[in-house]
Amino acid sequence: MLRDITIGQYYPADSVIHKLDPRTKLMATLVYILSLFLFRNVAGFAAVTLWLALVIWLSKVPFGYMVRGLKAVVIILLITVLFNLFLTPGETLVSFWKLRITEEGLKNAAFMAVRLIYLILGSSILTLTTTPNQLTDGLEKSLKPLNKIHVPVHEIAMMMSIALRFIPILIEETDKIMKAQLARGADFESGNLVKKAKEMVPLLVPLFISAFRRANDLALAMEARCYHGGEGRTKMKPLKYKHVDFLVYLAAAGYFMAVILLRRLW
Amino acid sequence: MSIILDKVNYVYSEKTAYEIHALKDVSLKINDGEFIGIIGHTGSGKSTLIQHLNGLVKASSGGIYYNGQDIDDDDYNRKELRSKVGLVFQYPEHQLFETTVFADVCFGPKNQGLSRKQSELKAFTALRSVRLPEDYWYRSPFELSGGQKRRAAIAGVLAMEPEVLVLDEPTAGLDPKGRDEILDLVAKLHKERRMTVILVSHSMEDVAKYVGRLIVMNRGSVMYDGTPAEVFAHYQELEEVGLAAPQVTYLMHELRGRGIPANGTATTLEEAKQSILQAFSEKR
Repeated sequence: MLRDITIGQYYPADSVIHKLDPRTKLMATLVYILSLFLFRNVAGFAAVTLWLALVIWLSKVPFGYMVRGLKAVVIILLITVLFNLFLTPGETLVSFWKLRITEEGLKNAAFMAVRLIYLILGSSILTLTTTPNQLTDGLEKSLKPLNKIHVPVHEIAMMMSIALRFIPILIEETDKIMKAQLARGADFESGNLVKKAKEMVPLLVPLFISAFRRANDLALAMEARCYHGGEGRTKMKPLKYKHVDFLVYLAAAGYFMAVILLRRLW
Repeated sequence: MSIILDKVNYVYSEKTAYEIHALKDVSLKINDGEFIGIIGHTGSGKSTLIQHLNGLVKASSGGIYYNGQDIDDDDYNRKELRSKVGLVFQYPEHQLFETTVFADVCFGPKNQGLSRKQSELKAFTALRSVRLPEDYWYRSPFELSGGQKRRAAIAGVLAMEPEVLVLDEPTAGLDPKGRDEILDLVAKLHKERRMTVILVSHSMEDVAKYVGRLIVMNRGSVMYDGTPAEVFAHYQELEEVGLAAPQVTYLMHELRGRGIPANGTATTLEEAKQSILQAFSEKR
């Protein structure tokens, strides 16, 4: 059950998307996210869908695997849709009891749901096709200019990569502790909210302890290898753009123009 | 009274790039009162196998029967099964969470629905049987040493008074003294309470010394199943899959190779000693 969490996980495959420079992927993802909030009609929606479908197909990550990541946000999605559906003022379509659904509400709810789903799918392609190391390198290099205004770019990138790296480890750890407590007769499912919260104690206490232990070990291991932050640190595999990266930049720019044009036209 | 596994298969992360066929057609019958060792190198499916025994993991296909009842039946009480088949995980001290050792050991019996008094009584007995000195009982589990923590954690499972005790590498990370203490404790429980014990281990010496039946797992299937002497007779095949026989087995084969009529099936130091002494006294 816990293995279903796919957010931030890397999925190994041999695809064009996997081989792209992480900076290209970061930029393309940014453009894609912007475009999600720009389209406001069916034509724009079609363009975005086409782009997303193309990237998913190129990435060779099974679609089913990606969709599993959506499970985690189903509730947020539902709340957003319901609020949009019932609370948007406008022309009433149907009304019952104290609730009424307006035409605008229906449209807003549909677009919002699509936006959220596409947002998660699109950004999960980034993490599914990029190893945490690459992602950090890419982020660090893209944000380098911010160093001038004393933003600790390297530290932020390092923290992010460690956090990403530890998601699967902590999931596994949770799974293990959960099983160990289940073996001692613990029950994580039944009961009301208060009882459920109490039942989390045997899970959370060992989990926190293990997280601190791991953090401590990691800090020691880094120190033992003379880690001292970003200053003067060189890379074994410096990032280098290839031809295909420029093509992707062009494609992303073209895509963005298309979305803006479609917004203007209709 | 027995546990029967009938063609159990288990697949992790089915239909993804991470798919692993962890168990392949595993069929076993575990009888009451047996002391079984399971060996196999990392990733051979040992840990997955034992998690099937108390229903923590549901088999992808195949059936598991505890005392004749299918544990995958919808109306089967799996919570009760978990208190009958006590499972001690690897590094069980990582599951300790209460403020005192004693309270932590009470967790299992309390989950069984026993009253406070009964739970405490069971915790008392369990802590006694793992021989944890009484001055540690009311301390935080995190003040204890590695070996003491491990004993406290094992007591946490014993307090539920299981019929079958399954231990996943109970000696990992312990020093030789701690290791012997834990294994002697397990052997004592087997002898005195006639508990069925299943011991997963990496150490051939350990299993050879204690168990009556040895199961070798390789790549998710049962490779050998027999007495330690029977299994270790295949020491060459074991080496091919990255395992080994106890050191005395090699010694005995070496001796035989040099013309000394030592008993090649000896698997423990004591047996080896006997047969070498015998061989030499016959020679004279």
